[in-house]
Amino acid sequence: MEISVTVNGVTHTHDVEPRTLLVQYIREHVGLTGTNIGCDTSSCGACSLHLNGEAVKSCTVLAVQADGQEITTIEGLAAADGTLHPMQQSFMDNHGLQCGYCTPGMVMAATSLLKENPHPSEDEVRIGLEGNLCRCTGYHNIVQAVLAAAGK
Amino acid sequence: MIPAAFDYVRAGSAEEAIALIGEHGDEAKFLAGGHSLLPLMKLRLAQPTVLVDIGRIDDLSYIRDEGQHVAIGALTRHMDVENSDLLKAEVPLLAHAAHHVGDPQVRHRGTLGGTIAHADPASDLPATTLALGATYVAQGPNGTREIAASDFYQGFLTSALEADEILTEIRVPKMGGAGWSFQKFNRRAQDWAIVGVAAWRRNGDSGVALVNMGSTPVLASSVSSALAGGGSIDDAAEQAAAEADPQADLNASVEYRTHLAKVLVKRALTEASS
Repeated sequence: MEISVTVNGVTHTHDVEPRTLLVQYIREHVGLTGTNIGCDTSSCGACSLHLNGEAVKSCTVLAVQADGQEITTIEGLAAADGTLHPMQQSFMDNHGLQCGYCTPGMVMAATSLLKENPHPSEDEVRIGLEGNLCRCTGYHNIVQAVLAAAGK
Repeated sequence: MIPAAFDYVRAGSAEEAIALIGEHGDEAKFLAGGHSLLPLMKLRLAQPTVLVDIGRIDDLSYIRDEGQHVAIGALTRHMDVENSDLLKAEVPLLAHAAHHVGDPQVRHRGTLGGTIAHADPASDLPATTLALGATYVAQGPNGTREIAASDFYQGFLTSALEADEILTEIRVPKMGGAGWSFQKFNRRAQDWAIVGVAAWRRNGDSGVALVNMGSTPVLASSVSSALAGGGSIDDAAEQAAAEADPQADLNASVEYRTHLAKVLVKRALTEASS
């Protein structure tokens, strides 16, 4: 089936099998590998990206469901001149990552959270990121990074 | 994990969806948010040959004040249920329970109608709408019919919906200021409940339903009967598992689930009575 998906502002058209997962489409057809595959069972959140501005787990969305929709991936957050998104900068400043595998998903979930709740409490950040797992257990600094970004 | 191959068609209306499912027969499934169906398909526990995508039928996503009840379109997402000012005011138990489904990413995709049609006893909102005495509206080739939530759940992942029927609306009675509580016991934030309880109480009336205490969501009628008969919360909570038929799994034995149900019903009734 032919689909057209706007990814980070660029429209891509591909012929895909209906069973193609959105994460597979983004990585293998569009060629953007910043979105990671972790658990592949909609638990860990590593594959989080924005579908029409809201965080979703792209291992549990079919590429055909994204036909005609707008996607933002981690590659689409920074400005064209390379200036990091405030959330990315805040993760750097607050050491909000250790191995980094969960980071793209964490950043996409966190930016979606702040869009819905611009000034969350620490508890709201923790609950807001309940769909993202960090196997390094680096949650403390991730939460600090999100709180710091919310303050800007 | 990739699902087995299937054909994909997209419906623009409920009528078109019903026609498409009729055309493709028993091996076809409706796809709404996909957050129950796609995981099953990736594990190859479900292998439909055709998916009829109903996710873009925009006129089945709404939350309306209908006087005595609130009408919710079946394709309304959990995130929209939890954030609805109308539901927060008139059916706060449902808005609150919706906030406890999965995680934000799941709630951005999953739909109220989808979780009800999937009829998973471990899901939060089938039991919550059962406790609230909701009515579900189904549309098929011969028109629409209303199904009481108490008649809807027939077995594990099995509902009263016919294969060619689509769930279109959930009608939830306004709570009229009733006290309420939602108790969900799990080991990790985003997990399904090991046991959950949705409860409300107003004067002599109450509604209590259990999550993950059998092959269907369970209406704990004996708890309500005990309360109506003047029994204490402690006495009523002892009846928590009277209608249940819990199963053992990795998380809990039958005995543990039964114990949890009593503890959580007691907590729920205490909170709903305060």
